[in-house]
Amino acid sequence: MKTIDLSAATVRDLNQALHDQAKQLTEREWTVAHPDGKHNIAAGIDEALKIDIHGHAGYYCAGMNKKADITIHGNVGVGVAENMMSGAVRVKGSASQSAGATAHGGLLVIEGDAGARCGISMKGIDIVVQGNAGHMSCFLGQAGRLVICGDAGENLGDSLYEVRIYVKGAVKSLGSDCIEKEMRPEHLQELAELLARAGVREDPKHFRRYGSARQLYNFKVDNAHAY
Amino acid sequence: MSTHPPILRESATFDRLVIQEIHRAAETGIYDIRGGGTKRRVPHFDDLLLLGSSMSRYPLEGYREKCGTDVVLGARFAKKPLHLKIPVTIAGMSFGSLSAQAKEALGRGATIVGTSTTTGDGGMTPEERGQSETLVYQYLPSRYGMNPDDIRKADAIEVVLGQGAKPGGGGMLLGMKVTERVAGMRTLPIGVDQRSACRHPDWTGPDDLAIKIAELREVTDWEKPIYVKIGATRPYYDVKLAVKSGADVIVLDGMQGGTAATQEVFIEHVGIPTLPAIPLAVQALRELGMHRQVQLIVSGGIRSGADVAKAMALGADAVSIGTAALIALGDNHPSLDGELRKIGSAAGFYDDWHEGKDPAGITTQDPELAKRLDPVQAGRRLANYLRVLVLEAQTIARACGKSHLHNLDPDDLVALTVEAAAMARVPLAGTDWIPGRQTY
Repeated sequence: MKTIDLSAATVRDLNQALHDQAKQLTEREWTVAHPDGKHNIAAGIDEALKIDIHGHAGYYCAGMNKKADITIHGNVGVGVAENMMSGAVRVKGSASQSAGATAHGGLLVIEGDAGARCGISMKGIDIVVQGNAGHMSCFLGQAGRLVICGDAGENLGDSLYEVRIYVKGAVKSLGSDCIEKEMRPEHLQELAELLARAGVREDPKHFRRYGSARQLYNFKVDNAHAY
Repeated sequence: MSTHPPILRESATFDRLVIQEIHRAAETGIYDIRGGGTKRRVPHFDDLLLLGSSMSRYPLEGYREKCGTDVVLGARFAKKPLHLKIPVTIAGMSFGSLSAQAKEALGRGATIVGTSTTTGDGGMTPEERGQSETLVYQYLPSRYGMNPDDIRKADAIEVVLGQGAKPGGGGMLLGMKVTERVAGMRTLPIGVDQRSACRHPDWTGPDDLAIKIAELREVTDWEKPIYVKIGATRPYYDVKLAVKSGADVIVLDGMQGGTAATQEVFIEHVGIPTLPAIPLAVQALRELGMHRQVQLIVSGGIRSGADVAKAMALGADAVSIGTAALIALGDNHPSLDGELRKIGSAAGFYDDWHEGKDPAGITTQDPELAKRLDPVQAGRRLANYLRVLVLEAQTIARACGKSHLHNLDPDDLVALTVEAAAMARVPLAGTDWIPGRQTY
């Protein structure tokens, strides 16, 4: 295991060392000390590394991740795991807004709360929030699954495409074209598998499912009031 | 009773186009959508003239002396800035709005003459990467098709905040063009009317943008130049903020800049023309001490070498073409007039690019129409056109005594109208009057 202390090294030093692993793998396990809210930590990884960040991270931590398994032992700023393609990111604390934004794949687990727009424009990622998620979560969500074990804020799933949303707690309001849907056996099974992958102990039967009514996919004059 | 036919008086307020639009709106209940840029007459490069040489200035030999055309883009922070042979680049246009053949042709044409082309909303296709020696990757609010591998494959990254045809608006691709391949690249259901986000999903404002640009630099190990593209609205402030955020290059798109599909009301009524936008951007760069350090690429209504020369004389480092490039590929060619009339248009007028029925095979996803466009031949046409733009600009620059297109400056320009003089900040021809700058 290799440790990089960001009180001495720069984020550039760290990221270059991690990126170099995609060219020649010399160390699979990495520890980052003293992140102290710095931005862009472990962004753009393209190798199956295991990275533990001990402390709070700033914006875009684990941004555009491919393959790596990254754990943040603290809170994270805006856009954690944004545009992740594969791999896994776990936030032991809470995440600011736009967690998992536009991400195409992989698994993002937030053990605390997620801020606004969690999963905005998500394109295939799976996100599990153990706490609450803020307003406009899953706005324009295109593909993947979003699980919220706590409550969801206003306008959940606004202008949703094909994301399946599971919420255990209260939903303050649903956004345009987002509706509650029947929880069929295949959804219970899917959710159980997802919770297990995330290491979250919850009973799928306590969740409700939300998805797109698919009424706004095409321009229709009669839907003008929805905007 | 008079035997003369009555002279009908058309209303200047409710002319036939206005009446037609009101009827159309009443019948459909939805706004009009079309492609292209503004069609209204706005102050433009046609309202400027270049001053050649005579006694007070002497020219270069028009057919003999060297007039440089190269440009370096992105040397502020990037380890690998772009070195282009000509200062005319191809603007961002998406696969989806354009056929794969058209994207390939743009890459081929640009590569022949040593310039760059640009992706668009929806990601990078192998066709355009394969045929583009220098490819700029657009990073858009929708992030359709965005993946770090393509970012790393690109030669530069263009963070798009807006475009001249619709500053403040997102992209649009109607269902008829959202085919299986297009939908797959964008992770959308086939056939949806795709309306892209207009705000980036994970940053707001210049402080955030600085962090986002830093992320893009980190992901690419600080190799790639980072452009920031803005639609011309408040360029003085937007350019200052973009430079403060860390941009290597500013792309400034005036309201004449085209789009594949947007509401007509948006195209015609939002944003400012290219002409007044350039001096405002240059002023911002000069005040920051960044003119020529952060390069300025100007687009929106570039048609000829004269336009190239005038834009550069006003302070641009390079220009970018979109609509003109499509025309060079074959869009609106007179030979297509018969087919265009069958779909309710005519050669020279066709702008329903969103419908995907383009008989030229350019603004379509119909495989039968798209295969009409030969990417090799169309690429050669584009290369020819680009060469003409440069030859024309060099001709003018030599006449002004300039050994490089970058040596053109505002002293080489005068304006034909008071409006253009005020906007371009050059004297009205025959006077030393710059409205708004000096008292006469």
